[in-house]
Amino acid sequence: MTMNWNWELLSETGLQFFGEMSASISHELKNVMAIINENAGLLEDLTVMAEKGMPIDPERLKIQASRIMKQIRRGDDIVKGMNRFAHSVDEPLRQAELNDTLGLMCTLSGRFASMRGVTLELEPASAQISIVTNPFFLQNLLWLCLDFAMSVTGAIKKVVLKAEKIETGAKICFSKLQELGRKEPGPGSFPGEREAALLQALKARLEIQKESGELHLLFPAQAER
Amino acid sequence: MSEKVLLVDDEQDFLEAMETRMKDRGMEVSTTTSAADALKKVEEGAFDAVVLDLMMPEMDGLEVLKAMKEKRPELQIILLTGYATVQKGVEAMKFGAMDFIEKPADLKVLTEKIHQASAQKMVLVEKKIQEKVKKLIQEKGW
Repeated sequence: MTMNWNWELLSETGLQFFGEMSASISHELKNVMAIINENAGLLEDLTVMAEKGMPIDPERLKIQASRIMKQIRRGDDIVKGMNRFAHSVDEPLRQAELNDTLGLMCTLSGRFASMRGVTLELEPASAQISIVTNPFFLQNLLWLCLDFAMSVTGAIKKVVLKAEKIETGAKICFSKLQELGRKEPGPGSFPGEREAALLQALKARLEIQKESGELHLLFPAQAER
Repeated sequence: MSEKVLLVDDEQDFLEAMETRMKDRGMEVSTTTSAADALKKVEEGAFDAVVLDLMMPEMDGLEVLKAMKEKRPELQIILLTGYATVQKGVEAMKFGAMDFIEKPADLKVLTEKIHQASAQKMVLVEKKIQEKVKKLIQEKGW
């Protein structure tokens, strides 16, 4: 079955996805380091002032310390996400919990969303929804859909994501896409070749609900090896 | 004389720390997290230097740089960013950026650049005044 996959396109889109995410993560970490750097510099400034006989305000120290700790936590979350993302290529097929995967994608795409002034909202499902699939292809497909979804939010500037269990497997819904119906088909239109290759590899299906402004991704409970 | 500096970055925590440190060094500092607000501030105030992040929400930093230079050609803009590529640096210089510094930055280096920016701006303003005076003298036939 995998012989029919468009490996060249899958590799190309996968590498591009990996590159985009890595660049965004490195940018986020640089920002974290820049904030820690400035707050550590402020502590140093306070020490210099104290050496010159000016009293140190404990409240100011407390603020600096809490700002540094906040960035350490932020950096830790980024690195954890990066680690999970990097390990998604470990196995070609494994069980993936969709709420978790959507959460990870929201974290990884956060910077792209904020650059476009878009908010990503994850509506958590009440129960765990797991499918057996290729985790990297799944993340790649989710990113392509999310990237497109962010371009058709209209004035709402929000994408709501939700995973649901269905009889044949699972469904991921991207909603609040106000301008979905207004997008003209043409070069670079959605879904393109990359999405098609990933849908085939994941044995998934994409439904575009123009009237309700929703994209639905339908996955089987178990993809083929 | 204290330099008037505008800091533009989408990270509020970064702006707050940087603002305090620069003020402690005698600079007059304004901050904003929005590109549109930065453009408005540049239009309204006479800054010696703008320290601008390249990655701004909704408007690319290079676009902001271009718009600022159109409004105030003498304005000295230092790009401070975590997203540094040679290509972006070259583009920024082409659009008239004074310098391109990578985050996290050494405040000593940045302060030095701001001093340079202030001196450079003064030279440009003086040159502009001289040109205006020269033109006026020619027009009046003095």
